[in-house]
Amino acid sequence: MTRAAPARSPQDLAGTVSGGIGASPLRPDGTLKVRGEFAYSSDLWHEDMLWGATLRSPHPHARIVRLDVSRALAQPGVHAVLTHEDVPGENVYGLKYQDTPALAEDRVRFQGEPVAILAADHPEIARQALKEIDVEYEVLEPITDPERAAHDTTLPKLHPGGNLVRYQRILKGDPDAAADVVVSGVYEIGMQDQAFLGPESGLAVPDDEGGVDLYLATQWLHVDQRQTAKALGLPPEKVRLTLSGVGGAFGGREDLSMQIHSCLLALRTGRPVKMVYNREESFFGHVHRHPAKMYYEHGATKDGDLVYVRARMYFDGGAYASKTPVVVGNGTTLSVGPYNVPNAKIEGWGVYSNNPTCGAMRGLGAVQPTYAYESQMDKLAAALGVDPADLRIRNAMSEGSTNVTGQVVDFPAPVGELVQRLKDMPLPPERTGAVDIRDLPGGASNVTHGEGVVRGVGYGVTIKNISYAEGLDDYSTARVRLQVIGGEPVAMVHTAAAEVGQGLVTLQQQIARTELGVPRVTVHPADTSVGDAGSSSASRQTYITGGAVRNACRAVAEAVYALAERRLVRPATGMSLAGGKVVADDGEVLTGLAELLGDEVVEETREYHHRKTYPLDPETGQGDAHVQYGFSAHRAVVDVDVELGLVKVVQLDCAQDVGKALNPDAVLGQIQGGSAQGLGLAVMEEIQVVDGKVRNPSFTDYLIPTVLDMPPMRIDVLERPDPHSPYGVRGVGEPPTISATPAIANAIRAATGLELPRVPIRPEHITGT
Amino acid sequence: MRVNVVVNGEKRQADNVWEGESLLYVLRERLGLAGSKNACEQGECGSCTVYLDGVPVCSCLVAAGQAEGREVRTVEGLADGDRLDPIQESFVEYGAIQCGFCTPGLLVTAHDLVARTTDPSDAEIREALAGNLCRCTGYEKILDAVRLAAARKENA
Repeated sequence: MTRAAPARSPQDLAGTVSGGIGASPLRPDGTLKVRGEFAYSSDLWHEDMLWGATLRSPHPHARIVRLDVSRALAQPGVHAVLTHEDVPGENVYGLKYQDTPALAEDRVRFQGEPVAILAADHPEIARQALKEIDVEYEVLEPITDPERAAHDTTLPKLHPGGNLVRYQRILKGDPDAAADVVVSGVYEIGMQDQAFLGPESGLAVPDDEGGVDLYLATQWLHVDQRQTAKALGLPPEKVRLTLSGVGGAFGGREDLSMQIHSCLLALRTGRPVKMVYNREESFFGHVHRHPAKMYYEHGATKDGDLVYVRARMYFDGGAYASKTPVVVGNGTTLSVGPYNVPNAKIEGWGVYSNNPTCGAMRGLGAVQPTYAYESQMDKLAAALGVDPADLRIRNAMSEGSTNVTGQVVDFPAPVGELVQRLKDMPLPPERTGAVDIRDLPGGASNVTHGEGVVRGVGYGVTIKNISYAEGLDDYSTARVRLQVIGGEPVAMVHTAAAEVGQGLVTLQQQIARTELGVPRVTVHPADTSVGDAGSSSASRQTYITGGAVRNACRAVAEAVYALAERRLVRPATGMSLAGGKVVADDGEVLTGLAELLGDEVVEETREYHHRKTYPLDPETGQGDAHVQYGFSAHRAVVDVDVELGLVKVVQLDCAQDVGKALNPDAVLGQIQGGSAQGLGLAVMEEIQVVDGKVRNPSFTDYLIPTVLDMPPMRIDVLERPDPHSPYGVRGVGEPPTISATPAIANAIRAATGLELPRVPIRPEHITGT
Repeated sequence: MRVNVVVNGEKRQADNVWEGESLLYVLRERLGLAGSKNACEQGECGSCTVYLDGVPVCSCLVAAGQAEGREVRTVEGLADGDRLDPIQESFVEYGAIQCGFCTPGLLVTAHDLVARTTDPSDAEIREALAGNLCRCTGYEKILDAVRLAAARKENA
């Protein structure tokens, strides 16, 4: 890994305090986590607490004819049973559109929609009491075909505005351009689940003044606070949220789950209420990745230069809007991939249906088109008779390129280099002679000793927008305090940014160490007593909250210099902080921080806002919608047993540009973990939905990769700093999830010669049975 | 019913246990040992792995009554006071932890592997850990951590 020098001087202080940016210090929560002492939201306990439970609709579409809770309420050990009539504020919420009831009123729109909630002494009493709630449904025909939902105006309207959530068109150059070589395909992607291991959970504790404290696992405290307070009919300051240990997120915690419900029950009973979903309920309790159907056509010159891309894509948003508008925005603006394409006509539809609600998941809106256009790139390479990697390099965008929305890429975009680096990596040796069956498709099941097994190599490349887009003011807030504790200067960083496992707590410490030159940095628990940090999503927290922590630290440093100026009677110009001391520009130590500060506490709060972006033109889809892109590329090597349709990914290599690796080990962790989720989507992960009903809501039937499924990875991390971002960082978390899937799919195609237009690729797709 | 178990070397008693409660529920909700995690309730993910009479089991699949009179060792019982077990140390050092929800179960499984196997091959390590799901790390750093702990045991 290359380690570029930081962009400006304060970073040089990292050399004087270990564990600053560019290093990989240990996680501050690591020891607690290995001791089993880290308090996850499901571990919370309170004297006198009750257990909450949720009654969910068994039907994907139905009218509620009658709802009677009296029998449930009469059960011993049950303390409250609530319906929509008990919601004191507005019974509607949503991240983008206010369309989701906290508790269903006269209609349910998906299987699993919450209808009633109750609180009881024991989780089993709660579960049994749910059966005593009397609901009469009039079952309605579910809408399950997203293409029909987009175009068939005769279908019943699931929401007052109809069944279309967002339509976006993008026109570039000559949308009807012609080309020498044309390839087309129709691609489908199944519904993927975030499958975080720690199910939805939290504890709501009522106070004596009509307010409530909620301890929970989430990705965005303030948006939860705003939505919950509105439903409770309380001002936000009476609904205080504190982040507990989060067992993974990946987008699945952006929408509300048990937040409003647990607070309603706590306020009604006057007792702390804990809600914990089990795995089955978790599948119904959060949104999933949008399944999509995509029609693509690529045209190129006979030399292999892309002439045009035309695409129509349908995203199934399910019952409520959630992040569907953003999926359509990302999906269309990223629809041609990291390639130079002079002409394009792209259309995207996001629709309502009675399928499970879909929303945020790692790689939001980019996973679907990447799978389609990277399949197309291989098809085009075959039609042209050229190497698939070379075709990608030939058409790769670079700094200065203009993308499909007319936005000029004004930061490094080393797409061709990423592919070239992968191409240059050694391939695993061919299998010869006797093999360990554990290395073959089917593994220890002993289904082959190599007969019927063919090998293939495939590439996948992606472009993902980092942070929020299309004109949103994206910001974060940080409060930093510097004071002397036990004779030593200690910094404390306080933000509302959610540590979901990615290592943000480590990074906040690193930035403060570097900026303030003090080794001891503590991270205050994230809560709503400090300003909004935005969501831990869109690969944005290192960039945006990292920027806010940097800004707050620099404000603290300025205050320290001003103090030194007064005490030492010398101008503050040229001062810096290093090794717990104030240093002059000639290196002279002016004073120790401990000595200078004494009892003084220096505290500053600052925000960081990223560069302005702009909405897309509704007619042409042109506009500077994105602030930054992440790029990654994968090369997959697979062995396929063509007789049984089993796949073994032999090797999965990745090259990614991260701008600047603030914590190189954490960067690798993101790439490895993201790649595993991309592998899952390629060959095993799908929520199977039939007539609006989920058929596999368990880890027995929804498969995620195990350690036997993950191959060794070679990872090449590039650092080409973005001049517009703090320290040159580029968001890291999402891209590797996106490019892994098409690389594996292309490798399976290369091995088998099959078209395989749908992921996940199942054994029967390969065997044709 | 009343359940008596020896947990991490200590005699413990839980009263008013409902027959349907799992060992995992009793550990977490009645004995205050929340280290073992509930992630699937079907024995698929391994997050609740504990030793039962020295054998790793998914505690979500063990009825509380089945543990009567037996010895349980949980993730909380791996460290020796302030001193982490070598497998815990190597997980911390290698960054084999992200969200950490799978970590307690993985540690018990890996602890067992390192204790009973000398110089495990990669294939052996993968096979041993195959019942523990991790959604964050892609397993690479977990493999590194287990290799390190095994090597340290060899050199100890």
